[in-house]
Amino acid sequence: MSRYLQAFTKGLVRENPVLRLVLGTCPTLAVTTAAVNGLGMGAAATFVLVCSNIVISLLRRVIPDKVRLPAFIVIIAGFTTIVQMLVKAYLPAIDEALGIYLPLIVVNCIILGRAEAFASKNPVGLSALDGLGMGAGFTAALVLMGGIREFLGNGTLFGWPEGGLIPPITIFVLPAGGFFVFGMLIWLTNRLSKKLEGDANRKELSGKVCAACGEAGCPHAAACALAANEAADPEKPGVEEAADQ
Amino acid sequence: MEKSKLTVVSSPHLHCGMDTPNIMLDVIIALMPAAAASVWLFGWRAAAVIAVSVGSCVAAEFLSRLVMKRPQTVGDLSAVVTGLLLAFNLPATIPLWQAALGGVAAIVVAKQMFGGLGHNFVNPALIGRIVIMASFPDEMNNWVLPFHGTGADAVSAATPLANMAAGDGAGYGLFEMFVGMRPGCLGETCVAALLLGGIYLVLRRVITPLIPLTYIGTVFVLTWILGGDPLYAILSGGLMLGAIFMATDYVTSPLNRGGQAVFAVGCGLITVLIRLYGSLPEGVSFAIVIMNILVPLIERATHPRPFGQPRRFGRKGGAQGEH
Repeated sequence: MSRYLQAFTKGLVRENPVLRLVLGTCPTLAVTTAAVNGLGMGAAATFVLVCSNIVISLLRRVIPDKVRLPAFIVIIAGFTTIVQMLVKAYLPAIDEALGIYLPLIVVNCIILGRAEAFASKNPVGLSALDGLGMGAGFTAALVLMGGIREFLGNGTLFGWPEGGLIPPITIFVLPAGGFFVFGMLIWLTNRLSKKLEGDANRKELSGKVCAACGEAGCPHAAACALAANEAADPEKPGVEEAADQ
Repeated sequence: MEKSKLTVVSSPHLHCGMDTPNIMLDVIIALMPAAAASVWLFGWRAAAVIAVSVGSCVAAEFLSRLVMKRPQTVGDLSAVVTGLLLAFNLPATIPLWQAALGGVAAIVVAKQMFGGLGHNFVNPALIGRIVIMASFPDEMNNWVLPFHGTGADAVSAATPLANMAAGDGAGYGLFEMFVGMRPGCLGETCVAALLLGGIYLVLRRVITPLIPLTYIGTVFVLTWILGGDPLYAILSGGLMLGAIFMATDYVTSPLNRGGQAVFAVGCGLITVLIRLYGSLPEGVSFAIVIMNILVPLIERATHPRPFGQPRRFGRKGGAQGEH
């Protein structure tokens, strides 16, 4: 079960496709002038991501290795076309706001990246959850970024006026402000995921008794454990980061 | 620096007394005539803009060093210079909180996030101005005539460059522009005061006249070739302020003379192109920022050839240029 949970949650913060892996930067910067655009883009990409992950995972034994990339792209393009038609038919305002970036989901490197790195090697259930988690992470990042830029740059949030708390600072909806907010969010996510990794390691080690002082939950336990493990398991991951805390 | 033969003697060496606070103090002194002129022209509101801008820059410098747990550098006075230059780049009518925001953007975003003085790749004051200009275009284009205050009896008027861009002819005499009797940003209007400050900096050897003269000369010649009025071009807009005080920033301009010449010609070229063919009436700030970004490439191309080494241009020169 934890394998499935992890396949989903890793895309949210620790392997967030936009803010940690820095994939799909172009649509991220282009469409996040408003929170609702981010939501639309994120939902569209998540749909394509989940569907293409499922199909590619099902076909992973059938697709010959040599032509896998064209095959993946054909599958992704198929789902992108479906999304494009749906959005055009039912959400014309979103279609207008996203413009060229909607059909360009085909070449969004998050989707091909997950197909190549995950769906082509893992069973269907895991691949679907991976797609869902990555899509949720992508959507969350886009909505957050779009929300910040819309709030500061336009004085609205999801189209609602924020009531004149701050006068709009137009630069936030311009490209320069987009890059600035993007950079700030990357910094925050890096801090957050470092903390999450540190917490996970501390949790793992907190039950263990410190080798040097014999006390449970000793703050130096990680460093001592590292020294103790050095001979037995020098490649133990994460211990070094824990020692930094 | 000078052309004299390079002689290296053994220690002890004498310190010439030039350090960052001293240089910054000289720049502040050189900016004082223009500051006085701005208060004379636009009244107390100009003094308030200068005070808020300098205050926000110094506070931003102090607080960002504190938050980043880095050694405190607020004493090197560079934030004061940035604040003065930012205020000189704003109209007297600017809302004070916008001036403060510009100061924060200049110091925190353009300077401290890149590592502080010496690590900023663009001129912080210009980034402050561009952030305000991109965010609040209406307030940034609210020009008033000198000697009418900025309150109820203020008189709105177009700047000389806006007149030129609109094709309305000059509108201001050359002498009026030289002493600053025209609408414009605080510090850019009084050319006489800026020249006074520039001459002081050259005499104190804080700057060499190469960049300002090349920059202004390029604008003069290019405007002339392209059919404009060259004297009007060099007296209007922020050219004097930019050429003397901002294009000469040590951190964001090339080190050797060849590079400085290329840099200044590039600034002049972009300024004239934006003024004559761009959608904005003035292009000095963008010209200097664009050339600031190109400085690493200029340095690479103009890296001096060590004596006896074969001539290389660009290709493997980078290996020597790399630190």
